[in-house]
Amino acid sequence: MESPSNIVEIRRVSKCYHRGDLVVPVLTDITFDIARGEFLAIMGPSGSGKSTLLNLMAGIDRLDTGSILVDDTDITTLSETELASWRSSSVGFIFQFYNLIPVLTAFENVELPLHLTGLSKKERREHVEAALRMVSLTERMDHSPSQLSGGEQQRVAIARAIVTDPLILVADEPTGDLDRKSAADVLDLMERLNRELNKTIIMVTHDPHAAGRAHLIRHLEKGEFIP
Amino acid sequence: MAVPLSYSFRSLWARRLTTFLTASGMALVVFVFATVLMLAAGLQKTLVQTGSYRNVIVLRQGATSEVDSGIERGKAAVVETLPGIAVDQSGETVLAKEVVVLITLPKKAGGTSNVIIRGIGKRSFALRPQVKLIQGRMPRFGTPEVAVGSSLVKRFKGLTLGSTISDSVRNWRIVGIMDAGNTAFSSEIWGDAEQVMQGFRRPVYSVVIFRMRDSAALDAMKSLIEDDPRLTLQAKRETAFYLDQSEMMAKFLTILGISLTIIFSLGAVIGAMITMHSAVANRVREIGTLRALGFQRRGILMSFLAESVFLGLIGGCMGIFFASFMQLITISTVNFQSLAELAFKFTLTPSVFFKSLAFALIMGLIGGVLPAFRASRLNIVDSLRTS
Ligand SMILES: Nc1ncnc2c1ncn2[C@@H]1O[C@H](COP(=O)(O)OP(=O)(O)OP(=O)(O)O)[C@@H](O)[C@H]1O
Ligand SMILES: [Mg+2]
Repeated sequence: MESPSNIVEIRRVSKCYHRGDLVVPVLTDITFDIARGEFLAIMGPSGSGKSTLLNLMAGIDRLDTGSILVDDTDITTLSETELASWRSSSVGFIFQFYNLIPVLTAFENVELPLHLTGLSKKERREHVEAALRMVSLTERMDHSPSQLSGGEQQRVAIARAIVTDPLILVADEPTGDLDRKSAADVLDLMERLNRELNKTIIMVTHDPHAAGRAHLIRHLEKGEFIP
Repeated sequence: MAVPLSYSFRSLWARRLTTFLTASGMALVVFVFATVLMLAAGLQKTLVQTGSYRNVIVLRQGATSEVDSGIERGKAAVVETLPGIAVDQSGETVLAKEVVVLITLPKKAGGTSNVIIRGIGKRSFALRPQVKLIQGRMPRFGTPEVAVGSSLVKRFKGLTLGSTISDSVRNWRIVGIMDAGNTAFSSEIWGDAEQVMQGFRRPVYSVVIFRMRDSAALDAMKSLIEDDPRLTLQAKRETAFYLDQSEMMAKFLTILGISLTIIFSLGAVIGAMITMHSAVANRVREIGTLRALGFQRRGILMSFLAESVFLGLIGGCMGIFFASFMQLITISTVNFQSLAELAFKFTLTPSVFFKSLAFALIMGLIGGVLPAFRASRLNIVDSLRTS
């Protein structure tokens, strides 16, 4: 059987938050697919549910109804433990504030997800060096995050996201904390990952420049996609 | 599969002042804990070294110490003639009939304390080769002369060569100072047994001590003495006797030490808990990140527990380090069993070392449980949102 052309299939997903007695609907009956190798940007006003949708696809949040298939795995049926190990092999995270571990060096930060694999120390080193080469930071690998600029930290974070060769990369406002130049570098890098390594990237952003780099832009408003 | 340990100890290093202060609190408790155990170990070591494996001590049946034992002259004479007792070059049995009494002497530090006067026989020194004369000469038999243990000279008033110790009946002249290393004999006064018995109006000996010809023949010697209905005496190997002597005191000290430190340790555990709690609170986003990357709840739990146990390890090492200096100090206390003053040193044995370290690690573990549990239960999305 050939692998399906859609890597993510979102089927009738709804989710609401509870504030006291109040039920706040965040996503209502969302259905859509993301093609393999896609570079998708999700835009929309603040509070429209972009991050929530991204978190659901990344398996760090739970939906109320519906189902999400990633590479034919229905992640909504996985247990907490199964979901964690699924994330470790299938999802690469790029955060707005990089979220590097401050007490670890760039190398160790990139190596972190590999501790969840069965790789030997030597194999881990090879993977980390390859990932750092990809983001052109090999010579900074012994630096701690505080010794790196924002743009460099985000590139280390991208190396960490790709080091396990995940199915999808999810990025929530990856350029939200960066100046124009660093943002452009990070976007160049993401484009390259998509083009050269055929990585599927799902990016939430407010920034039209960032969204302009994507192949496809979807707009979310009040928990629903608008055409 | 686990969060690397380097994450735990680098995080401790990153907030080293807090780490140091928290560890210091734990170190203090470990210090007290180790010191009390070292006290008990020192006491035990002193008393055990006092005994000799080849010697047998004979006491009245039911007596638990030399002071409350009594052996009539006739019975002592029977013991003297038993087979199996070692004989020296001059053909005489290596045996001493001794009497042990307590006298009260003024201490240099103020107050008074009980001291053992041991009335000795001709072979008493031969039976305890560790007892050596370091000044003056041996007390002569038939005279009220005595030799004083070196620990007593340090701690009691007026115990110098040539001076006298007065009690109601007799003046005891100090003609020698003896040293018996780290044993109970360093805290005793020795003089002629007949003189001591007259001076203190004691008609009976306290103990009979002899060396066995064959140190493995204890059971045979024991049954010879204990199975004879005329004697109503008991025989023990000297090492076992002194070990028993230290048991009650060592137990008391250990129980005292443990109850004391358990109370103190509450403070240190709460300190560790607060430190770990704020460590978790300050690293919520890091925890969320680790969870998103795929680390399991269990992994986060273990990571923070490890951090807390490291904290305990640091505190434990600090506490034991400082406690080890206590070994330079000699202290004296009243031994419950003999009621006499006894000088000994704090002794850091491997057992005390490992117990103290385990105690520190357990403190760290207990302090870390709640914060680590909280860290492992954090909601991923919420923790990633915090700044
Ligand atoms: N844990 C929560 N508890 C209650 N409400 C929440 C929670 N998380 C999100 N919400 C609400 O859900 C809605 C959607 O949130 P979400 O973070 O997905 O929005 P967003 O589109 O990413 O917004 P932004 O562009 O500001 O990041 C918002 O109204 C938000 O207040
Ligand atoms: Mg958002």
